[in-house]
Amino acid sequence: MATSADSMTQRQSVWEFLKGELKPKGPVLTPFNVITGFIILGGLVLTALRFWKGLGYVTNLNQAYPWGLWIGFDVMTGVAFAGGAYIITFAVYVLHAEKYHPIVRATVLNGFLSYVFYAGALTLDLGRPWHIINPIIGNKFGYNSILFLVAWHFLLYMISEAIEFSPVVAEWLDLEKARRILNKMTLGVVIFGVTLSSLHQSGLGALFLFSKPKLHPLWYTEFLPVLFLISSIFAGISMIIFEGTISHKVFADRIDPSSHHSYEDIVFGLAKGAAITMYVYLFVKFVIFVHGQHWSYLGTKWGAWFLVEVLIFTLVPCAFFTHGYRQRRLGLIRVAAVMTLVGIVLNRLNVSMIAFNWNNPAHYIPSVWEVWITLMVVFTEIWVFRWAVNRMPVLSAKPAASRH
Amino acid sequence: MNRRRFLGLAGAAAAVTALSASPAEAGKAKTGGKAAAAAKKNEEFVAILVDTTRCIGCRECEVACAEVHGLPVPVPAKDGALAAHRDTSTDHWTVVNRFETDKGTVFVKKQCMHCGQPACAAACPTNAMEKTHEGPVIWHGDRCMGCRYCMMACPFDIPKFEYNSPNPRIRKCIMCYDRLQEGKLPACVEACPRDALTFGTKKELMEIARERIYNNPDEYVHHIYGEFEAGGTDWLYLSAVPFTQIGFREDLGTDTYPDYTREFLYSVPLVFLGFPPLLYGLSELTKRSGEGSEGGEG
Repeated sequence: MATSADSMTQRQSVWEFLKGELKPKGPVLTPFNVITGFIILGGLVLTALRFWKGLGYVTNLNQAYPWGLWIGFDVMTGVAFAGGAYIITFAVYVLHAEKYHPIVRATVLNGFLSYVFYAGALTLDLGRPWHIINPIIGNKFGYNSILFLVAWHFLLYMISEAIEFSPVVAEWLDLEKARRILNKMTLGVVIFGVTLSSLHQSGLGALFLFSKPKLHPLWYTEFLPVLFLISSIFAGISMIIFEGTISHKVFADRIDPSSHHSYEDIVFGLAKGAAITMYVYLFVKFVIFVHGQHWSYLGTKWGAWFLVEVLIFTLVPCAFFTHGYRQRRLGLIRVAAVMTLVGIVLNRLNVSMIAFNWNNPAHYIPSVWEVWITLMVVFTEIWVFRWAVNRMPVLSAKPAASRH
Repeated sequence: MNRRRFLGLAGAAAAVTALSASPAEAGKAKTGGKAAAAAKKNEEFVAILVDTTRCIGCRECEVACAEVHGLPVPVPAKDGALAAHRDTSTDHWTVVNRFETDKGTVFVKKQCMHCGQPACAAACPTNAMEKTHEGPVIWHGDRCMGCRYCMMACPFDIPKFEYNSPNPRIRKCIMCYDRLQEGKLPACVEACPRDALTFGTKKELMEIARERIYNNPDEYVHHIYGEFEAGGTDWLYLSAVPFTQIGFREDLGTDTYPDYTREFLYSVPLVFLGFPPLLYGLSELTKRSGEGSEGGEG
């Protein structure tokens, strides 16, 4: 990187540099690469079939379940998991919690890519994706539609995150002037991004306000937007902890040694933040439950399933976060993060698929191919994330090699 | 077309039409057109009243609907479709189902209810689902991006999606919107041999429905389904037995669908105006001395 950076003054060499950067680094035929590569290639074939033959060819979607795994997991859950970016940028740039600065870049990159791939997976699910520009170019705005709002926010937030991350790209390409200009935009786009995030994270919940006659009463509440917003906070934090745990193993050589000391401190701070928001979430959920007088449902199988989500995968990890923070036990916090992520998956799938149409004889179980394409989306995101981390100054703020 | 039915239609629309109509066909055509015109003028939606006590399950409405919209035409005498409860589908925009009730066999026609403030239209991000000024809820293929949120939202599970097509459409009853424009009646209304279906404005049909209940208090349950359900629908139903016995949900409430999301949507501009200054203020308050306003390293 250093040698190519020296000759960057000439335009031609930029392309050569980029071409060089596109080449894989490290061993290619690792088990991970082979398996995920197979899934991605197979997924591309499935995607082609889906557009050629229609959604029914690869999915088990039906008239009673128009939204399946691709919306319930990819979009609903994926966007909640990507919530870490707005939480961390809020903490660092708005609240000046400098402690979290070392994880900003990785979190923003992960958030950005999550939106591009998971929210982008929406286009696979659209029956007539060539009309996706309609709500954007103003060919009939559905102003009163929550989905219109969410779609616009996705788009604007992706742009905000791209700008938030852009100084890193400028640094990578050694464009010092651009980096300084882009850096100046950071606070502005962070404020914009936090505003957008709070609206579309809650907006995803608001999508189901129409589901009153269809969604099980244990999950349906007019406060769904509030629940989705609060849960996106601890979902995002848990994802940062989870992603950080893996990144620290996989990209150990890319990490600035000085950040190793602060890393544990960061995780303990995150654990505390997750625990507090989870207490708030559980409290709100409890008030809604009591207020709705849903006690009688607890004895049913739906009640048991509700308790699995709320007690085992929300209350228990919340307690683990609390204990892990107090006793400074990193391992316990990591377990809590994984459990919380499972809880978020359950919650989003319950609202959008499982407890949806509970009173309808129709049923939906995702097809193998739906799961496959979802895995394709996840692994492609991981590949791009890995590509960027291995080349750009993401995990270390200022790699010595690329600076003059 | 018989005289009794013609008068029924005329009553449903305007008396003037009945007087001016000499040939039956022209009169019928005019009736539909007049009602549609009246609907526009009075800002009243056109509507259809279904009297389930009159339906004999002949399914001529299904046949007419299929013929008019170019769908596979059912053969009521042979297909035995009444044996099981059917749902509408991409190919069957209306179906008649048989219910065994306290008061014997009842046949019920099912199709889009054409809500006054439809969930599908409130949900649609591209206005592809449109509540027309005349009343019918129609679908615009040139706007729809196939997100299927209309299907998620509809309390009656009406919009149906062509899952096995690379260029899928949302299919449902459009109350023969194009025929109404030409001054014709909806195909099913025209085909019904027993006057089980009556076309008119919702206001007129509510009066007719109330009159029938008033004159035959023992023949009907004293409820007009669609008057208030899901905020009110343009298809209205009369029944001899409680509506839950003939496949209707009575737990939909009377709120219109836009009401469910109104508060959330109202909060959006407030958040957009309020959050940025609040966040900027927070950022200034928590800034430590000596720090630049750019907020540190990207």
